[in-house]
Amino acid sequence: MRTRALAVRIIRQFLRDKRTMALLFLAPLLVLTLMHFVFNGQTVKPDVGVAGIPSAVTAKVDPETARIVDYPDRKEAEEDLRDGKLDAVISIENGKPAILLEGTDPSMAKAVQLLLQKTLQADMLTVQPQISYLYGDEDLSSFDSFGPVLIGFFSFFFVFLLAGVSFLRERTTGTLERLLATPIRRSEVVAGYLLGFGLFTLAQATLIAWFSIRVLGIYMAGSVWLVLLINLLLTLTALTLGTLLSSYAGTEFQIIQFIPLVIVPQVFFSGLFNLEAMNPWLQKLSYVMPLYYGADAMRDIMLRGKGLAGIQVDIYVLLGFSVLFALLNVAALKKQRTI
Amino acid sequence: MGQSPAAENVPLVEIRGVSRRFGAKTVLDDVSLNVERGEIFGLLGPSGSGKTTLIKLITGIDKADEGTVRMFGETMPKLSLLQRYGYMAQSDALYQELTARENLRFFASLYGLAGSRREERIRAAMEIVDLNDHLNKTVSAYSGGMKRRLSLAISLLHEPELLILDEPTVGIDPVLRRSIWEELLALRDRGTSIVLTTHVMDEADKCDRIGLIRDGRLTAVDTPQGLKNRSGTDSIEQAFIVLGGGAPS
Ligand SMILES: Nc1ncnc2c1ncn2[C@@H]1O[C@H](COP(=O)(O)OP(=O)(O)OP(=O)(O)O)[C@@H](O)[C@H]1O
Ligand SMILES: [Mg+2]
Repeated sequence: MRTRALAVRIIRQFLRDKRTMALLFLAPLLVLTLMHFVFNGQTVKPDVGVAGIPSAVTAKVDPETARIVDYPDRKEAEEDLRDGKLDAVISIENGKPAILLEGTDPSMAKAVQLLLQKTLQADMLTVQPQISYLYGDEDLSSFDSFGPVLIGFFSFFFVFLLAGVSFLRERTTGTLERLLATPIRRSEVVAGYLLGFGLFTLAQATLIAWFSIRVLGIYMAGSVWLVLLINLLLTLTALTLGTLLSSYAGTEFQIIQFIPLVIVPQVFFSGLFNLEAMNPWLQKLSYVMPLYYGADAMRDIMLRGKGLAGIQVDIYVLLGFSVLFALLNVAALKKQRTI
Repeated sequence: MGQSPAAENVPLVEIRGVSRRFGAKTVLDDVSLNVERGEIFGLLGPSGSGKTTLIKLITGIDKADEGTVRMFGETMPKLSLLQRYGYMAQSDALYQELTARENLRFFASLYGLAGSRREERIRAAMEIVDLNDHLNKTVSAYSGGMKRRLSLAISLLHEPELLILDEPTVGIDPVLRRSIWEELLALRDRGTSIVLTTHVMDEADKCDRIGLIRDGRLTAVDTPQGLKNRSGTDSIEQAFIVLGGGAPS
């Protein structure tokens, strides 16, 4: 009953605080929408200057993949490259094709090289391989690919921040001390927080998932229910971790200081970036990061269409994190009251 | 209240050789005192003397470095004992975004009150502090004195046998202060024991017994009249200067 009273109080406070509600519910949608427009799958289209290349060759270039500008003279093309009007200049030097790249944008450089390869090979290759996809399809955009990670990340990040700040406030305003002068158990305090926040985080997870799938049309191969389940587990982990760390912070600003320490590294290890190039020892760090398991499960569900059996390890690990952090929370409250 | 005769005889609060240090600073030094059933016990001392620290040790929120605190004959801190006293902290611990009623309901539920009994107790407690007209206001719209009164009302909700009040009347106007004191005296007459801290001399005079505290040491414990007699003065203020070695703030 005390747990319920605490949960009801948290929900009431939440509903009063319109700004925080907006942060929790609207901010993730806004950022996801922006991400969607930035990475909506349009491939980069380089501007390529050519000098001394036969028009028979340039004509073979698909105008969808690049804009070709013919220059009578290489010097003139290089001038425009320097002015930022072109991304590359292709010319013939010593009888061989030479390519000068602008060089500051690796994705643009790769696109030009790919274009060159395709154009040169078009004649040689007589049998085109048949391409098919195990998961996804040829329309899969970058947004589709890392969207599942983002969805998990937002649930994690905002809940971490809110739970941390509100628990801290409870301590700094003296209400936690007052609370602990009542017969409430430490475990009931933690359970009350889980219940009160859990309700909001469930609503948040539902909204984010619905918005991404229905409105933004993100690629979705698996079950929405599993997406919600993983989101809920991630937010529970964020909630318990946030409240736990808040007992080591004295001000709201110190909570913010946990972001580069606790949140940002998790983003790097969550699968947004390919880790294969990293030192294998460093790669193992991802095993202690909740977001890694959440992101892994989200990708398995949304991109690979896996079911419960395929993601059960992630589920157990996330549950384990939540339970561990919750127990540590109960222990950390000992600092406030020894019983 | 259903206790064995043995429990009736032990002091309500029994503090034995309690010391509390924060780092190198000794804030309470070997304090011993008893609070008896049915009395108003006042802790009087200048700012920073250790009153709040002692109060927190009694409530069990804080733990002494040395010595023991017993309440109702049992060693603190103990979870079941937290139900048996009402506490008002020196700084108002209220949820500002919530209304007074929501604050009261929350704390009442923590003490196990529910349903119509809870609403009845909320009315009664708010009646004592004269705030029934402001039940639906959010606490952030309360004045400082109103917040103090609301904190007091919260400590009265579950009709505890023991009230622990840290500066209950600070920031409350003289008229209301008098009516609150009348209520405290009435509570005492009905059997509630009260421990409170104060700066105000005429409040100290209303207590049954007073403990003078200075620099973390309890310099004297007696009835107001007893303190005056011992020091050969005719006011608590002067008694404090003679017995404690300095003026209270
Ligand atoms: N958590 C703490 N850490 C360090 N020092 C503390 C702490 N709490 C109290 N003190 C110190 O202990 C001393 C006594 O503080 P306390 O709050 O008990 O005084 P008080 O008698 O209640 O004063 P006031 O009348 O102003 O409320 C003060 O010098 C204070 O600085
Ligand atoms: Mg004090």
